[in-house]
Amino acid sequence: MRKVITVLGALLCAAPLLAKVKVVSSLQDFASIADSVGGNRIETYALAKGYQDPHFVDAKPSFILKLSNADLLIVAGLELEIGYLPPLIDQSRNDKIHPGNAGYLDASIGCDILQRPTTQVTRAMGDVHPYGNPHYWTDPDNGRVIARSIAAKLSQLDPAGRESYEKNLAAFEAKLAEKEKEWDAKMAPYAGTKIVTFHDSWPNFAKHFKPVIAGHVEPKPGIPPTPSHTLEIINLIKGEKIPLILVEPYFDRKTPDSIAAQTGATVLTFYPSVGGVPQIKDYFGLFDYDLDAFVAAMKGKK
Amino acid sequence: MAAACGLAARCLFAQEAPPAPTTQPSQTSNYFNPSVSVIGNFLAVAGHNPIENLPAASLRESEVALQAIVDPYARADFFLSFSESSVEVEEGFATFTALPWKLLAKVGRMRVAFGKINTLHLHVLPWPDAPLTMVNLLGGEEGWKGTGVSVARLVPLPGDTFSELTLQVFDGHAEGLFEAPNRGDLAYNAHYRIFKDLSEAVNLDVGGSFAYGPNDTSTRSDVQWTDLEGADLTLRWKPLQTGTYRSAIVRAEFIRSHRREPIEAQTGYGWFVSGDYQLGKRWWVGARVERSDRAADAALHDSGQAVTLTFWPSEFSQVRTELRRRRYAEGVAATEALFQLQFAIGAHGAHPF
Repeated sequence: MRKVITVLGALLCAAPLLAKVKVVSSLQDFASIADSVGGNRIETYALAKGYQDPHFVDAKPSFILKLSNADLLIVAGLELEIGYLPPLIDQSRNDKIHPGNAGYLDASIGCDILQRPTTQVTRAMGDVHPYGNPHYWTDPDNGRVIARSIAAKLSQLDPAGRESYEKNLAAFEAKLAEKEKEWDAKMAPYAGTKIVTFHDSWPNFAKHFKPVIAGHVEPKPGIPPTPSHTLEIINLIKGEKIPLILVEPYFDRKTPDSIAAQTGATVLTFYPSVGGVPQIKDYFGLFDYDLDAFVAAMKGKK
Repeated sequence: MAAACGLAARCLFAQEAPPAPTTQPSQTSNYFNPSVSVIGNFLAVAGHNPIENLPAASLRESEVALQAIVDPYARADFFLSFSESSVEVEEGFATFTALPWKLLAKVGRMRVAFGKINTLHLHVLPWPDAPLTMVNLLGGEEGWKGTGVSVARLVPLPGDTFSELTLQVFDGHAEGLFEAPNRGDLAYNAHYRIFKDLSEAVNLDVGGSFAYGPNDTSTRSDVQWTDLEGADLTLRWKPLQTGTYRSAIVRAEFIRSHRREPIEAQTGYGWFVSGDYQLGKRWWVGARVERSDRAADAALHDSGQAVTLTFWPSEFSQVRTELRRRRYAEGVAATEALFQLQFAIGAHGAHPF
């Protein structure tokens, strides 16, 4: 009997140690960075898949279940999730993850956010984000900031794991620094190369890796291509001899393919998030995959 | 979509003397203002229909929404519905989001959680008109709105199945549906919902509802009750890789109304089945088949068929046409074309799924 009580006692004491911090993120990119920092002390779940348009995610009730049990919610902020996350948070019955509370982390805080409007924005400009471009994780320097924010938040929520989080963060940052050298060297020959992108998802990527975004297939954010704008882009590509059109995986390639057929440019599906294809398994894999594809598409074009 | 919601708590009834005015940026006073939006709903109708005689053209509804966080414990949502000549509070409620035991409570005036379609605002209906089940059995085109209290609780089920039980108590007046002779004669509703992801692209939403309230044949000494039972089903298919821009949704609802009356009870049934298919990024087609008895005289029934074509110029505007044919109990068959333009300005909060 004494043995049974001892074992039960040990199990009861161990239970809190075994309980993992439950992290829900809006994007797989944040889940990947959180996995790197949190290690085996956390478990993660991403609401939007990497191949999904992060602007249009359905507020499915199954997400309410995930959020109701979450200890931490990581969001991109800048209103990227405005179309689905607020009602999910309200229905989660989980006060911890409401904005302003301990279990809510806006990953944009501290990051280099581009295209913050300096004049009045209206919807005549399309589906603009009034707080700046929300696709900021495509710059690995911002990935470092996000990792630090997550480590600090996890340490706050799980003080017993602080040492582990700091150690994991250091390892993440060291690997990122090493990878950045590799990535920067890979992209160095293409600094200043003009490209066209479908949506305005890549200003942070362009800032870091130095291609120049000369235009977008969308006439305005969120507005599908029009014949007159497509003609302008065709003339732009021909005039500037632009070699590449980057298209996010969730957009229709019909217009970019048509533009490519008329200009000789190459259409490249470019993945903005972890999980975009099964080969992109983590945040490092995202840049490995995209940059390799970019370099391969540029072969013989310079 | 853009929205700005104030978050910090605000003392509404400050006991201390107000501080002396200081020069502040003018924007400061706007920090805690609610998000404001207006959705216009223009409807034009062609054809002849002596039963539902809609005007040739009308700004059918202008929905003004005011939404904000109240304090760390609640948020508030007001939806004011302006017609061309009147205004009503379509919904105005506080939602208490920080309750124990996985509870979520709403207090105020709200669309009642009876079935699926009744919970939807006019601008998110998949048609420009309400189905016959709502018109005939839930009080009219506007459906059932109640003033009272709603409490919903998550009910654990195995796996990742979402399940929620909602219990609601309302004042016994609901236009076209309930009429309470005494203050204590209230209307009640219970709704149980199960949602399951069958795969990444397919999900199933099933609900059952039971409600009752005093009907307009009641007297102060002899209250006559109407029971309502409903079942709803929504099946969605939407691949997450949206580049193909193909998706589909099937909806079905069934309602039974049992209306006790001093002489003879009336038991009426109604149902509709509808489907919508996404043709491209901005184009949808749909169809609806419906049939419903009338609540006050179940021997009378109406039926109809409709097809719709919807175009979204952007997220913030929508053009829809519907060709519908309805056969009414009076022996009249009406074929009409409905043309709807909806347009939104401001920061309208996302609606629950």
